[in-house]
Amino acid sequence: MKQYTYTEKKDTRSGFGAGLSELGKTNANVVALCADLTGSLKMDAFAKDHPERFFQVGIAEANMIGMAAGMTIGGKIPFTGTFANFSTGRVYDQIRQSVAYSEKNVKICASHAGLTLGEDGATHQILEDIGLMKMLPNMVVINPCDYNQTKAATIAIAAYEGPVYLRFGRPAVPNFTPADQVFEIGKAVMLNEGKDVSIFATGHLVWKAIEAGHQLAEMGISAEIINIHTIKPLDAQAVINSVKKTRCVVTAEEHQKNGGLGDSIAQILAEQFPAPIEMVAVNDSFGESGTPDQLMTKYGLDAINIVEAAQKVMSRR
Amino acid sequence: MSSISELEKIATQVRRDIVRMVHGCQSGHPGGSLGCADFLTALYFHQMNHHVDFSMDGKNEDLFFLSNGHISPVWYSVLARAGYFPVAELATFRKLNTRLQGHPTTAEHLPGVRMASGSLGQGLSVALGAAEIKKLNNDKGIVYTLHGDGELQEGQIWEAALYAAHHKMDRVIATIDYNGQQIDGSTEQVLSLGNLAAKWEAFGWDVLHTNGNNMQELVDCLALAKSKTGAGKPIVIIMKTEMGAGVDFMMGSHKWHGVAPNDEQLAAALGQLEETLKDY
Repeated sequence: MKQYTYTEKKDTRSGFGAGLSELGKTNANVVALCADLTGSLKMDAFAKDHPERFFQVGIAEANMIGMAAGMTIGGKIPFTGTFANFSTGRVYDQIRQSVAYSEKNVKICASHAGLTLGEDGATHQILEDIGLMKMLPNMVVINPCDYNQTKAATIAIAAYEGPVYLRFGRPAVPNFTPADQVFEIGKAVMLNEGKDVSIFATGHLVWKAIEAGHQLAEMGISAEIINIHTIKPLDAQAVINSVKKTRCVVTAEEHQKNGGLGDSIAQILAEQFPAPIEMVAVNDSFGESGTPDQLMTKYGLDAINIVEAAQKVMSRR
Repeated sequence: MSSISELEKIATQVRRDIVRMVHGCQSGHPGGSLGCADFLTALYFHQMNHHVDFSMDGKNEDLFFLSNGHISPVWYSVLARAGYFPVAELATFRKLNTRLQGHPTTAEHLPGVRMASGSLGQGLSVALGAAEIKKLNNDKGIVYTLHGDGELQEGQIWEAALYAAHHKMDRVIATIDYNGQQIDGSTEQVLSLGNLAAKWEAFGWDVLHTNGNNMQELVDCLALAKSKTGAGKPIVIIMKTEMGAGVDFMMGSHKWHGVAPNDEQLAAALGQLEETLKDY
């Protein structure tokens, strides 16, 4: 099992803030909108350095999405920022008609996704956003795993023409991917080659998949670990190539089982290369208040859950 | 710019186009379309600085967003008559593989359309976004919108109204098609708009009034609205119209909101609307 190290834990939302800040300096067409969560989204630096390109819309997310769509007319690249809940479910119809159907170059940047938002509880812990967004034609869905990758993804989506949903989170997590990485939309990242089981993870679950890989190695199980940072378009070839070797699959994500990464991978495999799958995800339930770690444990999103899923799926092969 | 009588002639032909289009596919929304024929004619043939060689970015020209997308027949007719696309294409309205979808869309790349609309309440926000970028680009174009009065029941309209006043979006001119009708009945019965002018004024907008079915009054009101741009306030025109205007049996009721005329009704309607330009 390949070793990954990190010098510090950092929040992915700060990776977004750093990426946006860099874009502010390098791309004069980038504009940003925020619905009263500038600090939470780490958009302060952009707002301070480029006040003429920063638009505070207040607690009015529907208006924010509509305005962002309108801002593409005239050649700008709008980045919207609010929590994942208010970036998707609250404004689904606005995104559907004014962004996705209208093919507008809007980047919907969503923080505090999933259970790891923590103590605020289920009203804010959206676990359905990946599903909502991936169902929309024309929409790209990205869920990077750490600070460096979120920063790289933020910069990469500015160069892509079309609607993008970029999902990230609140807690500090191991920052282990290279600072100088080139982020390729739609290209899975091989983290560890293995032969016994394929583990496809996204977002905060990627590090947990690496931890699980070490535990599996101690048991003599060789896990192939792949970071699926882009859920749509899915890197189907990387999925098939891996499963052809291992013939069984674990998916891991901080999202509902319904509509998530596991769902997307199951679809590809059912159509092209059927294999048993176990999904580490939230199973048709809302979250609740608690610390991020407590919640990940209670809802079965820890490394041990990935290990158990791997053992189970291998027995089903 | 065209004279009042020329504009009236165009509007009459636009009304013929509307009833023929809706009859041709036996679906669509003639009532609101007829009511707004004069407004869109005045806007595209007299008021706006716009280019029929269409570019999505619309730099250094005025922009128009139709927020109540269901009155697409009137917009399509005006766009075609203005030269954005061939008039003959109006015959394809709502038919399979058409660029003239039931509700306007950018997906078919129809010249003149910059945003999909149909799901109500979104057009004012879009217009504000476009207007902010015009400001950023030092582009002096004015951004116009049209909304149904029933559409004002959507909350997003009022989010946008707050934003526009707070940010002094004084190159935005919104128009309300104040015909008092919506699908389930009159707006009074369904969900009253109350004192509409007072609401917009309270939100910080400059409110104008006009009769949307009198070309001279419309042209004068639009000129007045334009003269008020740059004064620190967004502008809204409350435009009283008659649903179905120009076809007597379609007027004064919400019944023709989304119903197509049969052959007999088409003949009766066309008998009231002179063919001033050539039919498509």
